[in-house]
Parts: sequence; C-alpha cells; structure tokens
Amino acid sequence: MSLLTLENVTLSFGGLKAVNNVSFHVGKGETFAIVGPNGAGKSTVFNLISRIYNPDCGDIKFANKSILGLRPDQIPFLGIARTFQNIELFEQSTVLQNLLVGRQRHRKSNLITEMFFAPSVRDEERRHRQVVEEVIEFLELQAYRDKFIAGLPYGVRKIVELARALATEPQVLLLDEPASGLSLEETNDMIFWIEDIKKQMGITVLMVEHDMNLVSSVSDRVLALADGKELAIGTPEQVQNHPAVIEAYIGTGKRIVS
Amino acid sequence: MRFVFKRSYDDDIKLFKHRPQFIYYLLLLILLIALPWLIDDFFLGEATNVLIWAIAGMGLMVLTGFTGQVSLGHAAFMALGCYLNVILMQNGVPFIISLPLAAILTGFAGAIIALPVLRLHGIYLAIATLAISILTEDIIVIAKNWTGGVMGLVAEPIEIFGLDIDRYGTPVLFYFVVLFIVLFVLMVVRNLTRAPLGRAFTAIRDSEVSAQALGVNVTKTKATSFAISCAIVGLAGGLLGHYAGAFNHETFNLVFSIQLLLMIVIGGLGSIHGAFFGAIIVGFLPQLIAITRGSISSIFNLGSLPLPGIESAAFAFILIVFILFEPRGIYGLWIKIRTYFELFPFYRKNMFKRQKTYLKTERMK
Repeated sequence: MSLLTLENVTLSFGGLKAVNNVSFHVGKGETFAIVGPNGAGKSTVFNLISRIYNPDCGDIKFANKSILGLRPDQIPFLGIARTFQNIELFEQSTVLQNLLVGRQRHRKSNLITEMFFAPSVRDEERRHRQVVEEVIEFLELQAYRDKFIAGLPYGVRKIVELARALATEPQVLLLDEPASGLSLEETNDMIFWIEDIKKQMGITVLMVEHDMNLVSSVSDRVLALADGKELAIGTPEQVQNHPAVIEAYIGTGKRIVS
Repeated sequence: MRFVFKRSYDDDIKLFKHRPQFIYYLLLLILLIALPWLIDDFFLGEATNVLIWAIAGMGLMVLTGFTGQVSLGHAAFMALGCYLNVILMQNGVPFIISLPLAAILTGFAGAIIALPVLRLHGIYLAIATLAISILTEDIIVIAKNWTGGVMGLVAEPIEIFGLDIDRYGTPVLFYFVVLFIVLFVLMVVRNLTRAPLGRAFTAIRDSEVSAQALGVNVTKTKATSFAISCAIVGLAGGLLGHYAGAFNHETFNLVFSIQLLLMIVIGGLGSIHGAFFGAIIVGFLPQLIAITRGSISSIFNLGSLPLPGIESAAFAFILIVFILFEPRGIYGLWIKIRTYFELFPFYRKNMFKRQKTYLKTERMK
C-alpha cells in the first residue's frame, strides 16, 4: 500500500524545470532514497512535499488524499516530519527545548491555560517530555540534553535535527541529506539509526542522499533524478548499474569533438 | 560551585531551578514589598516609574526578545491602553475593570494590525511599526472629541474597594497596585516561556522555516505574540496615564517607542530579567543625571548648568557601549559574572564567545 504518492509533478522556476513530470510512490514501512547530481531537483521534491513550493501541475497524495490544499504548517499534523539539508535548529535554545518544539503537533493546551500554567498543561508537558526522553535515549543524546545548540559540533546538530523530527512521532520521515558533512563513523551510526527507525519504529523513510554507501545499505528502492527528470527507479543495485545513471554521474565516455 | 541534580521532569518545568534561587527571589519580593518604608515618597514614585517601564519592557520582550519581531510602534499601543483606560473610567467604568478591559482591547487592536504588518520581516517590519507610531500621534490630535486633542486628558484618581488611590495623594497604595500588576504580568510571561506557545515563539525567532515544518502556524503565532505584547504594553500605558496624571499626544511619541526598544536591548534581549534591568536604567537615568549634574555644578561652582539633551546623549552612550562590548545586554553581563562565581576557578575568558554559525537553508520564499 502506498503511503505517499507523487503523480506527474512538475515545478518550474521561470524557464528552468526544477522538477519535470516526476512520479513515484513510497510504500508504508519502506525506505526510499532519491539520488542525483547537484541541481537534480532532489531537495525541491522535498520542499514540494512540505508544501513550501506549489507544483505547477500534478498531484501529491498522502494516504490517498491530496495534500495540495494544505498549508506548510499543516503537513506535520498528517505525520510527515522532515529535516533540512543545512541544519535549521533553534540556535538559542537547548537540545531539550528543540526537541520539545517537535511536540507542537500534539499540543492540546491553549493560550489561557498556558498563561496560568494550569495542571493540564503541566501533565501535558510531562507527557511531551517522556516522548522526547525516549528519542534522546534512542539517539544517545543524553550528554547534550541541556546544551545550547550554538555550542554543539556539526555532527551532533545533525543528530539533533533527526531527533527533533522523530519527536513529532511521524509516520513518514523526510531526511534531506542525513549524512552530509558527517565522518565515516558518524555515517555508520546514521545507517544504524535509519535501519532502527524503519524496523523498530515502523516509520517510512524518504531520503535524499549522496552517500551511495548509506543509500545502498538502508534503502529498499531508489529513484535517480537528473535535471528534474526521472532517470531510473528500482533497487539500489538496479539504479547504480543503470546506464542513464552512470551517464549522469560520470559521463558517456564519448569524446566531445568540437 | 553548585551542581543541580535533576530527579524528575518537573525539575525542568518548575519556576525555580533550585532552592537558593527561590530564596533569592523571595528576598527580592520582600524587599519590594518593604520598599515604601525604606525610601521616601519621591524615590518611591521613581520606583513606581521603573516598575511601569518594566511592564512595558516585558510586553515588548514577548514580541522582540522571544518572537524576534522588531517593533518601533509600541508607544502607539501604550497610548491606546492609556486613552482607553481613561475614557472608560470617564464613562463610569471602575478602574478594576477598565484597566484589564483596556489591555484586552489593545491586544485585539494589536492582533488586527499584526496580521498585515507581520508579513514583513526585519527592517521593513521596523519601518511599518514606526509608521504606526507616527500615525497614532496624529490620530490622537485628530480624534479630539475622545482624546482631548493637543490638550490631552487627565486621569481620574483610582478607586478600588472604596480606597482612593492617587499617585501624589497615596503613593504607597499606587506603588502596590503597580507592583501587583508587575507580578501578574511576570507570572503570565514566565508561564508562557515554559509552555508550548513560548517555545513556538522562540522557534519562530530562530528559524521560521523549521518552526513551520514542525507544525507551528507562523502567521497565527506571530499575531498571538503581537497581541499578548500589545495587551501587556496597554496595561503599562494605562498605569502610566495614572502615573503621569495628565497626558497628550506628545507623551507617547516616537522617541518613546525607540526608548522602549533600546531599553530591552540594553537590558538584554530574550530574557525577562532584561526588561527589568533595562527599566532600571531608563527609569533612574534622569535622576542619576540630575544628581550628578547638581553635584558637579556645586563642586565647580557653576550655578545651574543647562545641558539640554544630556539624557538622550547619556542613553545613547550607554547603548553604544553595550552594543560594542556586551551585545547581550546587562543580563548577559550578569550571566557572565554569575557563571564566573559558580564555576569559580574554572571560568574561561572565551566561554561566552559567539560560536561559529553554520550556513542556514536558503530562504525558500
């Protein structure tokens, strides 16, 4: 059963077709990766699903319902969480506070009860905290719990972003280059966690990634994009050996005669 | 050195981190309650002024310090609160209802203005709110049927439960009214900072894109912040009306707006403490200058020394010093001093040095 479906989605910025007639579907519990050279439109696909961009044509469906009528801030309420390519954390807050913002979609209190910090607000805070603590434990962030983001190294920030997305208790997790800027060891940790997210938590993962090692070890299916167009779709091996993909990455081997 | 061992989630939810901190604040409260018996009526009046500034500071802090939206128009909302309160009182509404009502109405006005204005960012937002401030001055003059135009209005003495409260007649009672409202506002603002809404505010300040991606409705939350901010500032305005006695369009001019913003910058953006520190500076600066001027002129036998504009100059000087050497304001300075003693032999000089910030996602709109 497919959870997230893109149907013939096209988006152009002026004359440039950033995403050109792309269709794919992500099944429940699947790990799906999008690969492609720089400027292929990978992140744009993510921003389309996050509703930051509006497609020119085509449809995006979540659980067989079109999401094109929703605002960007309504997307997380469906159970879609995302991370950003260039970390977008709340710099002036601690790790804990960052993760608690991830609980916004589960907020039940309102302005008045929060102004007086009614007992219901306190109970709710405790429950939020419990979920957040589970995420902290899962990603081994205990040592950084009360640290301010502004003082954390890059690798940890990357994990905090993942943690914050997990704190929303999503059904689908969109990871925008989870391994970019990470060392080999950190990438291996990331592989381990993505597998756990999929297997233990049953979360569907859709990711954009350059690191083929990570892609081939965790993903069930891969979509290769170049210049906004679909090159190939299939298992990691199929895509890696697809002639069009090889051409896009390393050229055809034919000399250009000028 | 102090180690705080956290044993339950409530340790992060409760208002005071540890028992000594609670005791310090309790002592401060006792000092504030005992203040009328410690200082004379003149300085009590000044202290009342500081507290009113602190309320206004907390109001602007919600918007600028927590939500990161600059406003140069908050004098307009103070004026609105002030005029509404006095007009309501003139129509027979008792103070106990008129002040909260004025604040709530100011909040609504803020929300209505916020929806178009808060679509703007940074410097454009500052300009738009600046326009509100300028406009309000003119509107007060034009709407002279209600506002008394350039003649202004006179605030009637307050009556609460048969007690007549007047700034000059019974300064002690007026001080306590203001202190009570300070504590109320403090409670509200402090509660918000530890609740989901407060976290949504700081989320918007630090990254709108990811706040949105986590389910924060940016427009609505900004408008809420603006409304709360305006309501608090409206409270301060209402009190200021009673404090000043008489006021007109010039009471709440543009300079007032700017002073309000600079106050929280000097105090320390993003903290409730900052509003109070800033208020102390703004409230006591004129007195300090007057006293220094008096003593200087008596030492050098200069007679009465006319120095027009010395207040603004001193204020500007303090601001420049802070922007250059301590951008996080007096509260930032205080945190440094406190950390120095808490970690006593281990404090390092560049502990609070600004860390490298990593590239942010390109703004997607």
